[in-house]
Amino acid sequence: MFSDFDFGVIWRALPYLFKEGMTFTLTLTAVATVGGVMLGTVIALLRLSSLPVLPKLAAGYVNVMRALPLVLVIFLFYFLMPYVGQWALRTSQPIQVGALSSTIITFTLFEAAYFAEIMRAGIQSIPHGQVAAGYAIGLTYRQVMSYVVLPQAFRNMLPVIFTQTIVLFQDTSLVYVLSITDFLGAASKVAQRDGRLTEMYLFAAAVYFLISFTASMLVKRLQARISIVR
Amino acid sequence: MRMTRIIVAGCLAAAFAVPAAAQELTGTLKKIKDTGTITIGYRESSVPFSYLDDNQKPVGFAMDICAAIVAAVKGNLKLDKLEVKYNPVTSATRIPLIANGTVDLECGSTTNNVERQKQVSFTNTHFLTASRFVSKKASNIKSIADLAGKTVVSTSGTTNIRQVTEVNAAKGLNINILPAKDHAEAFLMVETDRAVAFVMDDILLASLVAGSKDPKAYVISDDAFSLPEPYGIMLRREDAPFKAVADGATAALYKSPEIVTLYAKWFQSPIPPKNLNLDVPLGAPLKKAFANPTDSGDPAAY
Amino acid sequence: MNYHWNWGILLEPSPDGQGTYLNMLLGGLRWTVLTSLAAWAVALVFGSLVGVMRTLPSWIAVHLGGAYIELFRNIPLLVQLFLWFFVIPELLPHDWGVWVKHLRYGAFYTAVVAIGLYMSARVATQVSAGINALPKGQSMAGTAIGLTPAQTYRYILLPMAYRIVLPPLTSEFLNTIKNTSVALTIGLMELTGAARSMQEFSFHVFEAFTAATVIYLALNAVVTIGMRALERALAVPGFNAAR
Repeated sequence: MFSDFDFGVIWRALPYLFKEGMTFTLTLTAVATVGGVMLGTVIALLRLSSLPVLPKLAAGYVNVMRALPLVLVIFLFYFLMPYVGQWALRTSQPIQVGALSSTIITFTLFEAAYFAEIMRAGIQSIPHGQVAAGYAIGLTYRQVMSYVVLPQAFRNMLPVIFTQTIVLFQDTSLVYVLSITDFLGAASKVAQRDGRLTEMYLFAAAVYFLISFTASMLVKRLQARISIVR
Repeated sequence: MRMTRIIVAGCLAAAFAVPAAAQELTGTLKKIKDTGTITIGYRESSVPFSYLDDNQKPVGFAMDICAAIVAAVKGNLKLDKLEVKYNPVTSATRIPLIANGTVDLECGSTTNNVERQKQVSFTNTHFLTASRFVSKKASNIKSIADLAGKTVVSTSGTTNIRQVTEVNAAKGLNINILPAKDHAEAFLMVETDRAVAFVMDDILLASLVAGSKDPKAYVISDDAFSLPEPYGIMLRREDAPFKAVADGATAALYKSPEIVTLYAKWFQSPIPPKNLNLDVPLGAPLKKAFANPTDSGDPAAY
Repeated sequence: MNYHWNWGILLEPSPDGQGTYLNMLLGGLRWTVLTSLAAWAVALVFGSLVGVMRTLPSWIAVHLGGAYIELFRNIPLLVQLFLWFFVIPELLPHDWGVWVKHLRYGAFYTAVVAIGLYMSARVATQVSAGINALPKGQSMAGTAIGLTPAQTYRYILLPMAYRIVLPPLTSEFLNTIKNTSVALTIGLMELTGAARSMQEFSFHVFEAFTAATVIYLALNAVVTIGMRALERALAVPGFNAAR
C-alpha cells in the first residue's frame, strides 16, 4: 500500500511548494483579510445607517454574495474584472488584471460580505447607551464610530474575524480552478508531472491541517483572554 | 451611475496602471507601448508546445515562436526594453482571457477553427493535428464504437471534448464524458483507470504517452474524431495592427530555414524535463503550411 | 463594455444533444440539488453521531469526536475531495480500487462522501451545542423515569436539540449547496460546471455565468423560505439559539 511511497518527491519539491505556492496563498489570505475587513466594516456601517437606499443596497450585496458559491464567483470575476476596469476608467480596451490582483479583488469582495456580517454583529453588541453617551458629550457620528463603537466591536469580534480568516485561508485553494500556482496548485502540478498524486495530496492536506489547526488553537486561547467587554 | 463610476475608478486606479495619453497606436500595440509589458498565456502540460519544465518555467515550441513575435513587437515599437509577463491559462480560460485583455498572446496548442475566429484571432498555423484517443492496450479498445457505455475523459474547453460530445449524441453511444482541467490531469484519469480513454489531439497524446511511466502500455487510436486541424497562436480579434506584426514575424520565421531547426529542437531531439525525444518528423502538409504561411481555420485548406 | 451580449444563446441547441443550453444549465441544477441532498443526508447522520459523542460522559468519546471535527474542519474541502477521488482508491486493495474507479457516477459518489463528511464536522458542532443548550434536568429526568442513555438521546435530547439548532443547520444546508460547486474539479457536471461548459461551447461567458448566478439565487431563496417556515413551525418556545 505505502510500499512505493516516495518522500523524495516531496523533499525535492519543497522549495517550489513554499517559495511560490505558499507565498501566493499567504499573500492572498493576508491582503484579502485586511481588504475584506475594511470593506466589510464600511458595508456594515452602511447597513446599520439611517441613510436612504444604502442600507438596502448593502444588505442586498451581502445576501447575494452569501448565496453564491465561491467557485462561480472566482470564474466570473476573473473574466469580468478587465471589463469593469475598462468601464470605470473609460479606456478603449479592457484593463489588464494579473492573476494575483484579480484573485485578491475577488476574495476581498467576496469575503467582505462575510466580514460585514461579523462587524454588524460586533457593532450591535455595543450597548446603545454608549452611542447615546457619545452624542451627549458632543461627538459627531464619525467620532462616535471611530473612537467608541468600532474599536470595541473590532476587539469583541477579533476571534470571529480570525476564525473567518482560517476559512479564507482554506478557501484560497479554490484558485486551483484557474490554474494559478497557489500551494495546492503547486502541489498538483508536481503531482501530475511526476505521477505522485498520493504523496503530494497527502502532504498538502497535512500542511493545510497543521496551519489551520495551529491557528484555530491560537484563536481559542485568544478567545479565552478577550472576554467580551460591554 | 456617474458617482459609482468615479468611486470604482478611484478604487481601481491604485491597482492598475492608467494608460497614458493617446497616440496613433491603437489596441494591443498601444497597450504594450504604454505599459512596457506584454503578457503571454502559457499552458501547464501541452508538451512540446507550451508546458512547465523541471523548474516550473514555461517552455516549448509555441513559446519560442512567441519569443519571435515579442522581438518583432519590440522592434516595431522601437522599445529599448519590453518586459514579458507570463500568465497561466487552461483550455477553459484561454479564450475569455484573450478577449478580456488578461493575456495578449496565447502560446500553446489552440486549434484554429472558423467558429473560434468569431471570438478571437489566430496568427499563422504552427502545427497540424487530428483528434484521436489514447487507451491502455490492456483494455483492448480499437475503435470509437468500442467506447460505447464507457467513461471517457477529455480536457474541458477543447475542440476535442466538443467533438466527442457531438459524436456521442449523434451515434447514441452513451459515453460518460468526464471533463478534466488540463491534459496531464486527463491522462492521469486513464493511467489510474478512472477513464478508459482520453480524447485529444494526437500529438499531445503522443507526448503524454512518451512521458508516462510505461509508454508501452498505451495505444493511440487509428480512428480519428476529426481531420488534421491547424494550431495557431491566439490573439484578440479586430486588432489588425497587432495581428499584422504577429503575422509578419511568424511568416518570416516559418519561411526561413530557422523553423526546421526550431522544429527539430522540440520534435526530434530530447526535450526537458525528462529528456525524451518525441521523434515526430516534419510532415508534408505542415511543410507546405510553413512555406505558405496561412491563418485559415479550415482543415481542408491544408 | 465591448462585450456582445446575446441572451438568445440560452435557447440555442447545445452540442451534447440534450436540447438547448438552458437545458444544459437545468441539468446542472439537477446534479447540484441531488448532490446537496445526498451530501446533507451523510452530514446529518455522521454529524449527529459525532455531535452526540461530544456530549457523552466518556473522556474517550468526547476526544474522538473532537479529533474528528478538527480533522475535517482544518483541511480545505478541495483537498479533501482530491484525497477521496485520487488517493483513497489507490490505497484500497487493488480490486476494490478498480471497482470504485469504474463506478459510472464516480464523481457524484465521491462528491457526496467528501462534501457530506466535510459538512458533518460542522453539523456535529451544532448538534452538540444544541444538546448542551438543554437544561441538565432533561437528561436526569430521562434517567429517572428508567430510560437507557440511548433512549434518553433518542426520545428526549435529540428531538429538542434539532429543533433548537434548526436555524444554524439551515445555513449549513445552504453552505452544502454552495460547496457542491467544488465538485466540478473532479468532473461533476453540477450547475457551475454546466455554466463553465456552456461558456466553453458557446463562448458566451457572461450569459452562462449570469444565468447560473440567477439560478443559484433562486435556489437559495426557495430553500431559505422553505426552511424559515419549518423553523417557525418547530421553534421551541423559550429557546433562542438562533444567532
